[in-house]
Amino acid sequence: MISELFTMTVLIGILSSGVRLATPYLYASIGETFGQRSGVLNLGVEGQMLLGAFTAFYVAMNTGSLWLGVLAAMIVGAVMGLAMAFVTVNLHAQQGISGIGFYLFGLGMSDLLFQKMMGTVRTVQGFPKIGIPFLSDIPGIGDIFFNHNILVYGAYLLVLVAWFVLNKTNLGLKIRAVGENPDAADSLGVSVARVRYFTIILGGTLSGVAGASLSIALLNVFQQNMTSGLGFIAVALVYFGAWRPFGVLIGALLFSMVNSLQLWIQVLGVPIPSEIAVMMPYVLTILVLVATVSKVRAPSALTKPFEREE
Amino acid sequence: MKKFLQSEWMSRLIDALLPVFATLAALIIGAVMLLFLGVNPIVAYKALWDGAFGSGNAFAETLVKATPLLLVGLGICISFRGDVINIGGEGQMIIGGILATWIGLTFTGLPGWLAITLALLAGFLGGAIWGGIPGYLKAYFNVNEILSTVMMNAIAVQIMNFMMRGPMLDPIQAAKASKIPQTARLIEAFRLARWSPTRLHLGVLIAVILAILVYILLWRTTLGYRIRAVGMNPLASRYAGIKVPRYIVMSLLLSGAFAGLAGAIQVYGVNYRMITDGSASGFTGNAGFNGIVAALFGQLHPLWSIPASILFGALLVGANQMQRVVQVPSALITALNGLVVVFVVSSEFLRRRRQRQRLAHAKMDDAPPDKTSQPAEASA
Amino acid sequence: MKKFTWFVTFVLALALMLSACGGAAAPAGGSTAAEKFRVAVILPSAKNDMAFSQSMYDALVAVQNDMGADKFEFVFSEGMFVVDDAAAAIRDYASKGFNLIIAHGSQYGSSLQEIAPDFPKTSFAWGTTVDTFGQPNIFAYEAASHEGGYVNGVLAAALSTSKVIGIVAPIETGDAKLYVEGFKQGVAATDAAVKVNVNYIGSFSDVALASEAASTHISNGADVLSGTAQMVVGAIGKAKESNVLWFASDANQSSLAPSIVVVSQVYHWEIILKEMIGLIQAGTLGGKSFSINLKNGGEVMEFNPDYSLSADAKALGDAAIKGIIDGSIKITVE
Repeated sequence: MISELFTMTVLIGILSSGVRLATPYLYASIGETFGQRSGVLNLGVEGQMLLGAFTAFYVAMNTGSLWLGVLAAMIVGAVMGLAMAFVTVNLHAQQGISGIGFYLFGLGMSDLLFQKMMGTVRTVQGFPKIGIPFLSDIPGIGDIFFNHNILVYGAYLLVLVAWFVLNKTNLGLKIRAVGENPDAADSLGVSVARVRYFTIILGGTLSGVAGASLSIALLNVFQQNMTSGLGFIAVALVYFGAWRPFGVLIGALLFSMVNSLQLWIQVLGVPIPSEIAVMMPYVLTILVLVATVSKVRAPSALTKPFEREE
Repeated sequence: MKKFLQSEWMSRLIDALLPVFATLAALIIGAVMLLFLGVNPIVAYKALWDGAFGSGNAFAETLVKATPLLLVGLGICISFRGDVINIGGEGQMIIGGILATWIGLTFTGLPGWLAITLALLAGFLGGAIWGGIPGYLKAYFNVNEILSTVMMNAIAVQIMNFMMRGPMLDPIQAAKASKIPQTARLIEAFRLARWSPTRLHLGVLIAVILAILVYILLWRTTLGYRIRAVGMNPLASRYAGIKVPRYIVMSLLLSGAFAGLAGAIQVYGVNYRMITDGSASGFTGNAGFNGIVAALFGQLHPLWSIPASILFGALLVGANQMQRVVQVPSALITALNGLVVVFVVSSEFLRRRRQRQRLAHAKMDDAPPDKTSQPAEASA
Repeated sequence: MKKFTWFVTFVLALALMLSACGGAAAPAGGSTAAEKFRVAVILPSAKNDMAFSQSMYDALVAVQNDMGADKFEFVFSEGMFVVDDAAAAIRDYASKGFNLIIAHGSQYGSSLQEIAPDFPKTSFAWGTTVDTFGQPNIFAYEAASHEGGYVNGVLAAALSTSKVIGIVAPIETGDAKLYVEGFKQGVAATDAAVKVNVNYIGSFSDVALASEAASTHISNGADVLSGTAQMVVGAIGKAKESNVLWFASDANQSSLAPSIVVVSQVYHWEIILKEMIGLIQAGTLGGKSFSINLKNGGEVMEFNPDYSLSADAKALGDAAIKGIIDGSIKITVE
């Protein structure tokens, strides 16, 4: 049974499902990366995802347009981000806790709206798989990388864009400056508040897309608390990736692939308790970090509200 | 009147009551939501109040609910003061609960007081292990504690599920087809004393005593001083000769230990056994997260955390009652809970501004101005 | 400062108003007619979860439609996954004089055992279990989910051409385990060459993982899937997308994917609820345990009319149902 794990089918299965499962993590984690790089920890990702997932589903179901659904999810995520930004930037609220507050709000609100506006679980026809011409025909590789729905491709493109923006643009420089040394950034004429507003709203928007990627691209249903802790994992992956988009990418892929590996282990009937299989991705994520002993520091101003010296 | 409002005493009282005002403000928004659902908010909030404070039994329930919040919150007071964020309370409660239950089910021959003491210590130890691991990984391997505690929560849930259906499964259930995933019940001698007919148990008193001890620990012992010093400025602490990594481990370890104790007390005071529904919250009631909120309501002060936990416990208990009376979806309660948290944490802003104003007044009275006298708590 | 004082005044005034009006407001949910039978139910998840909780909610609605709203009313507390909160709710309902309090989850048994003796005039019921703790005012109920599982297994084995079947389940206990065991035996009895792979995903709520478990089964060659508990909606979505068949349990899930759901094992608790109510009205408050099964009509195999099942397969399924009812098919669960 264990030898069955090393067949081509299983390998391709693990890799392609890892690539697919990583999608919601990528959107949410990249969004969170921007926030943390500018010095704001948002633990409310899960709530933003849930509201995004519901909105996308509801709009797509009623208008028949999946893209309108994504757009609506982005708007809802952005509004949640705006509220979070106001609370943390203007009111200097403790970031971790306000995040938990927004999480609870999103968890309850998405459920309430679901019950009042839909009443029961429904399905939609989500984004279809798009095989990239020629590439998707390559045996193995094609199935792993080039036969997914558009939001999956979008997530990987986003990693590239995020890397570029953070490292190669003036905006990225400002974001990093605000997260490392807000006083200096401020004295150079960068508006700390404006940058943080931007990153938190961006984070909310991307969390909204992460929710949409679940409800109208990967699962095509909405159910209460359907994210089930995914948003918290997304935050954890930012630390795994040490605040770098490509690090986050590696973390998301590792976590998802191990998760898919454990599903295969059970499907193939490898005789270990199911609980041991289920905890594998969590254990491995920690172990990898221990083994690689990163020297990277968190952005210095992370979780610290900025107050201008007067 | 104006004079009275501005008096030092009154001013501090308003500060202390700010979380209450913030809660009320959140409830006003909740009232609008209730109206949308076609529910009379006055009836609903009356039910909330009655559920939390309406009778002796209701208040007992509030205190029972507040107990794990306070215990987890005490741990949070320690870790946040040490500038480590422990969001692993859920997992720590679970591991504490499992170890404590194991003691009670294994050593059935012991006298009650001894078994309970050992069990609570086991809970403390279990939580300490589950908090100490992320602490150790942070201090010596630079593994961020938010990441490791989130992961450790998920791992603890799987351990619990495995123990409940395997090694610790109730022998009565083992003989049945349905195999409800729960342990056997603790024998009567091993249960914390109750103030019958309510569910108010001895754990409430234990929690309050510990709150005082944590206060002493943080402000009257070297250990506490060093944890706080490391939290405020790790670099300066290192120059002052404090072994920083050791105190990072200590603060997460202690923080976990209190959560573990909360788990043990849930078993020995309330449920008398461990049951799993497959998730963490089925056992913890989300206390691992809500305790963080309660501690912040109490401004990370162990003693202020007592009323803060009661306030938050009252809200949770009352909200359940409100759900029953006006039959609103429980989702509304969750959303409302979130609003309260956001509002209360935002109200800190007002408190700090008022503190600054007082300081400014004081400065005007006696020069020279002192620029460094910003409230230290603000950055906690 | 001025603004703030204003704010405080406003809040205080509002609080005063609330408490003043609150005193005057009529108590909600009070019983009007003395004859009315009042039930309170504690549901572990949402009442519309398309699974376990919904099956009980729907049953209560059915009873209400049957008895009439003037004779029967019920209230519910949903999403009571916290055992401790459920205990508080049970006690509260009991003290409010409900006739019957249903704790719809095996995790609530401990609380009932403790609370029931304090309210000897109230009847309690809990499930799924057979254990009444020897209390005169506790009923127990269970679902023979292995029976429906068996029928599903028989049909699944008949319809699978790849000879591989996948099951997505939450944790390895309780009804889920019963269902899976029945299913496996149904498959084995029909076609020993068919392989059943089971995936316990360790959660009742992780829709995404359930979906991915389904696609793992599909990649592994499964052309028939089944599953139990509320997170399987994710797996159904995946089955629909890949056009593999789905066998449902707990509630009728045909509406989710009309093209691929073959049959749903549906719980009709109203059968035993009516019996319970009859007993209570006659003065027996508990001490009996009930089971819904295919024989007493509490479990019904609801075929999806939109799926055209071949006559041969239908005959096999019907034979299994008949065999279970008349006792010629024995399902052994340890």
